[in-house]
Amino acid sequence: MTLPTPRTLAEKVWDDHVVRRADGEPDLLYIDLHLVHEVTSPQAFEGLRLTDRPVRRPDLTIATEDHNIPTLDIDKPIADPVSRAQVDALRANCAEFGVRLHSLGDVEQGIVHVVGPQLGLTQPGMTVVCGDSHTSTHGAFGALAFGIGTSEVEHVLATQTLPQAKPKTMAVTVNGQLPPGVTAKDLVLTLIAQETTGGGQGYVVEYRGETIETLSMEGRMTICNMSIEWGAKAGLIAPDETTLDYLHGRPHAPTGSDWDAAVAYWRTLVTDVDATFDREVVIDASAVTPFVTWGTNPGQGVPLGDSVPSPDDFDTDAERVAAERALEYMGLTAGTRMRDIAVDTVFVGSCTNGRIEDLRAAADIMRGRKVADSVRMLVVPGSARVRLQAEDEGLDIIFKEAGAEWRGAGCSMCLGMNPDQLTPGERSASTSNRNFEGRQGKGGRTHLVSPLVAAATAVTGRLTAPADVQAQV
Amino acid sequence: MDKFTSHTGTALPLRRSNVDTDQIIPAVYLKRITRSGFEDGLFAAWRNDPDFVLNQPQYDGASILIAGPDFGTGSSREHAVWALTNYGFKVVLSSRFGDIFRSNSGKAGLLTALVEQPVIDQLWSLVETDPSTEVTVDLENLVVKANSFSARFEIDDYTRWRLLEGLDDIGITLGHEGEIALYEARRAAFKPATQESAQQADIAGKPSVEAALSQPA
Ligand code: SF4
Repeated sequence: MTLPTPRTLAEKVWDDHVVRRADGEPDLLYIDLHLVHEVTSPQAFEGLRLTDRPVRRPDLTIATEDHNIPTLDIDKPIADPVSRAQVDALRANCAEFGVRLHSLGDVEQGIVHVVGPQLGLTQPGMTVVCGDSHTSTHGAFGALAFGIGTSEVEHVLATQTLPQAKPKTMAVTVNGQLPPGVTAKDLVLTLIAQETTGGGQGYVVEYRGETIETLSMEGRMTICNMSIEWGAKAGLIAPDETTLDYLHGRPHAPTGSDWDAAVAYWRTLVTDVDATFDREVVIDASAVTPFVTWGTNPGQGVPLGDSVPSPDDFDTDAERVAAERALEYMGLTAGTRMRDIAVDTVFVGSCTNGRIEDLRAAADIMRGRKVADSVRMLVVPGSARVRLQAEDEGLDIIFKEAGAEWRGAGCSMCLGMNPDQLTPGERSASTSNRNFEGRQGKGGRTHLVSPLVAAATAVTGRLTAPADVQAQV
Repeated sequence: MDKFTSHTGTALPLRRSNVDTDQIIPAVYLKRITRSGFEDGLFAAWRNDPDFVLNQPQYDGASILIAGPDFGTGSSREHAVWALTNYGFKVVLSSRFGDIFRSNSGKAGLLTALVEQPVIDQLWSLVETDPSTEVTVDLENLVVKANSFSARFEIDDYTRWRLLEGLDDIGITLGHEGEIALYEARRAAFKPATQESAQQADIAGKPSVEAALSQPA
């Protein structure tokens, strides 16, 4: 008898979903959960209509409106005609094909990657796809979750499967304790700066180690969410007690004997001791400090205590050219202390940092403090439920009393497809995930930060560590 | 997708080389939420010119495009293929195609037949002399014929098979339905469902945020 080959977590989840394996073909994988939103789905549904195909498993599909919906006056018709057409198309398509939809104004509406976990639909050992690159968020539960394109959306709608070439595996082991005031966001920004935006390309990354084990589900989602920002296909974390506690009692979590059967399976979802990864990276969490970006990709970041780097600091020509171009776009001079950079807008929200824990963290800083006169602060909950929960806890009052705007749920300024945008030259500290040129509005300049740094920055009007404002009490 | 064995129709001579996908369908049309109705955007920049071949009534109803070399280069937009098929084209003949365009075409049921440039020249002169000339593109035998003229064309075996069988990517996967159903039969019962069954999709009537907020806590 031969012993089974030791496998990584990602390999176990993969193997459990192979519908068909044949020489010279990619594996055909079964998809357990398909999340749909208004921007990448209209042509997929039309493709079904043109070929007269039904949605194979509406019961494994769920839709929400998030990318381009307004976060103000959500009871009024959407003003922008392109956005309205996309939302109307989604509503008509979901009705026609029997897909459950959470529309604007519905209590379960929100950013897809916030809604899935919150409903308990995202569970360990599942395959989860969505026409959106930040689908990696769901990996926090030990699911294999990745973004797909519109023709793949149609493929999954029609077949509930997807042909996929097997990715390589990587382990990122994080040891030690994050210092106070340092969050999962700082950790992942540090990792991306170290590995560069292409470092994860071709890999499914498993995050593990004592630091990861002590993170909340929200913190784990923040890390997995940003996997795509260093090029990884997906990021995932083995399920543990924290995962079970989060899931237990959620609307779609299993109950009774199903729960026991599920837990028994979930406990097998760990990387075997002798399994090998194609690549391994180790990080010391105790050395991480509040981290912010200075450039136009998520890998162009430094500790908040540092200064804007000079293009000469980089090793390769490509990096030097990229740095030069980024500094010009960002309107920054090498050597400027990050702490001296003044911002016009602070955005707290997105699928990276728009969950209840993020809002609590930001509110803790804002409590009894004011948003600086020069700053506009937008707080956009990741989902309608998060908004309700926050209002239950009085967080909205804290933000409003501080002078921040309290909004409805959606992607909002994360990608500026709705009216929440930066104007040309405007500078933001944003808890979202992409600082690309024009991402938050044409000509807008984005610094990616944690919710704590965002709040502290709102108070002083300059990039600020939480400890700086807390020391002033 | 319909099976493609052989197609006979009239042809449109497009005496231009290097027609990239931006010229086939300009970027402004990409904002649409459909994958049909792109025929009005086909070669949009040239359609204002009454002399442009697509505007000449003698070529109305043409279903075979006889194109110059390097047809379909440039951006990977699938809309370029949709614009051609929406307009009614079934076949494009050229001596050189953009790679991505060609692969997108195969997936969407548009036959891209590769021939030598002299074949194109010959076909151009035939259909320009008599626009009602019927051209036959026989995929089974890899032959293009018009009047007494005939020539061989090339297409890779895999794309040819897909077209002959009328299979798109989804069709190929649905060919493995049995395996999908077997997998579904052994999926764990504890896996979540978004709704009990398709019919129960409750689009309206969900409690709204505003309603929930007005409830006493
Ligand atoms: S919040 Fe931003 S990153 Fe997340 S799904 Fe929306 S647009 Fe994409």
